[in-house]
Amino acid sequence: MSAINPRAVQVQAELLSNKKVGSYHHMIFAVPEMAQNSRPGNFVAISVGGESSAMVLRRAFAIYRSSDKGSAGGVIELVVAPHGQGSKWLTSRQIHEKVDMVGPLGTSFGIPTEPVRALLVGGGYGSAPLFGLAETLKSRGCRVDMVLGASSAGKIYAPLDGKRSVSSLTITTDDGSAGIHGRVSEALPALIEENESEIIYSCGPMAMLEAIQGIASKYDLMHQASVEESMACGIGVCMTCVVPLRGSDGVIRMSRTCIDGPVMDGSDVVWNSKGVIPEGTWGA
Amino acid sequence: MMFDYSTTLNPATLPNPILTASGCAGSGKELSQFFALQELGAVVTKSIMLKPRSGRATPRMAETPSGMLNSIGLQGPGVDIFLENDIPWLQSQGARVIVSIAGETVDDYAALARRVRGIPNLVGIEVNISCPNVENRGMVFSCHPDTARAAIENVRRNVGSDIPIIAKLSPDVTDITLIAREVVHAGADGVALINTVLGMVIDVHSMRPKLAQKTGGLSGPAIRPIAVRAVYQVHSALPRIPIVGMGGVASGKDALELVLAGASAISIGTATFGNPTAAISVKEELKVLLDERGFEKFQDAVGYAHRPEVE
Repeated sequence: MSAINPRAVQVQAELLSNKKVGSYHHMIFAVPEMAQNSRPGNFVAISVGGESSAMVLRRAFAIYRSSDKGSAGGVIELVVAPHGQGSKWLTSRQIHEKVDMVGPLGTSFGIPTEPVRALLVGGGYGSAPLFGLAETLKSRGCRVDMVLGASSAGKIYAPLDGKRSVSSLTITTDDGSAGIHGRVSEALPALIEENESEIIYSCGPMAMLEAIQGIASKYDLMHQASVEESMACGIGVCMTCVVPLRGSDGVIRMSRTCIDGPVMDGSDVVWNSKGVIPEGTWGA
Repeated sequence: MMFDYSTTLNPATLPNPILTASGCAGSGKELSQFFALQELGAVVTKSIMLKPRSGRATPRMAETPSGMLNSIGLQGPGVDIFLENDIPWLQSQGARVIVSIAGETVDDYAALARRVRGIPNLVGIEVNISCPNVENRGMVFSCHPDTARAAIENVRRNVGSDIPIIAKLSPDVTDITLIAREVVHAGADGVALINTVLGMVIDVHSMRPKLAQKTGGLSGPAIRPIAVRAVYQVHSALPRIPIVGMGGVASGKDALELVLAGASAISIGTATFGNPTAAISVKEELKVLLDERGFEKFQDAVGYAHRPEVE
């Protein structure tokens, strides 16, 4: 067997619950084997549109939470924003319908062996994988502070049960409609100092992650970022979702965010490289 | 009676006609999590070049109606690492291997041929002379009879007659049969039809091309009728030359169209992006469809759409 996605399976996943929460849909799927093997940060790839669909590519969704217990024998929860045609199709599925799902895919967030003070930063629906991560960190004795930013209040995804695992939750909005008025990165320095954070975990748009890496470097903090590049396959064969990533040998390679990510060490990513191949990239 | 699913790519014989398409199966490892690679007639590798190549900047991909546009730009490790890592691993899985090669110059093809000809049990060499994602569109070798011929001659000269050479052609030409004849005269044993079709998508919000490289190769079901037409035309012109057909095949029915048009093997590309096990479902579905139509041998169906009106 290969070492790439060794736990991934392709299944017909039954939809158990589909609830609209603010701008998002919270969806629960029965996927016993996948649930057992998924870790915070992993994602699933779902085919959309049905058999005669003109949408030929899978859609990737970060796993919001997974549970290997319960009557369904294991479930995976997703938070889906009905933005495009594919996610609109998915969020309009009825209970007991099945969707073709591949997962768990990609890298997961590294969990420290010792209890640490962790700061979790999410942008928009990028907050999705952070709640499962918060639960895991808390169960390991970590202090978990969370900050979520979005363009406006309605775009913040912070469900009540998710908040149970965090010691503090800060909200920022670009338009000031909730929490601190401004970008999530602007709120970070004060939060890092106040909470004496030792590690940052983040998920959201690339520009936000780049700004967080700048702050993480300044405070000399480790930063694990779940990056976002558009994917065609999600399983490592199409080579479309690449970002320049510096390897342990110091060489920059165009690396697939689907199998070398989505969780990457923020200090290894060559940020702001849309439209360019950074100088010194292997094979450039 | 047992259905005979075997096919020939002259002189190689394969137990079934379903292949991957070059550049659509990674190193093979990615797909081996979902099925055993030896289930395929053969694995066609990514198009390998002499040196490591970073490929194009992002965005590299745009989904389009029933298809996608890509400009990967032949990202890959180069032939040295490929021979050291990828080939031994594929063969350890029992996969039959067709190596795809791509050069920047006509001389590159000769050098690549010398590097790959020693691979044990090689089923064939696909000579990709039609990648649309090169610096200069003038460099698409298969768009000009002279460069198409020169590239294939360079490979033929360096490869013994026991390894089949398959020239992969672009549909972006006025008369594909002209190019097909040219590469066959130059020593190709077969042709692979079709590579992606050059296209472009403009983002109406940014009001600029969506891909960093501006243009990209269109693939998926959107181009299938182009593939069927190209295979039909070339089979008509060169009925004895085996054709590896590809272009938007996602089901057994799609594959059957290309077989009836004249394809002796079918490559699965973009469908794998949407479904990791697409090649295996196509293999199973095609067999059922042929059986239902009374074919006892796969090879009897190849080119069947060309039969005379009066039977």
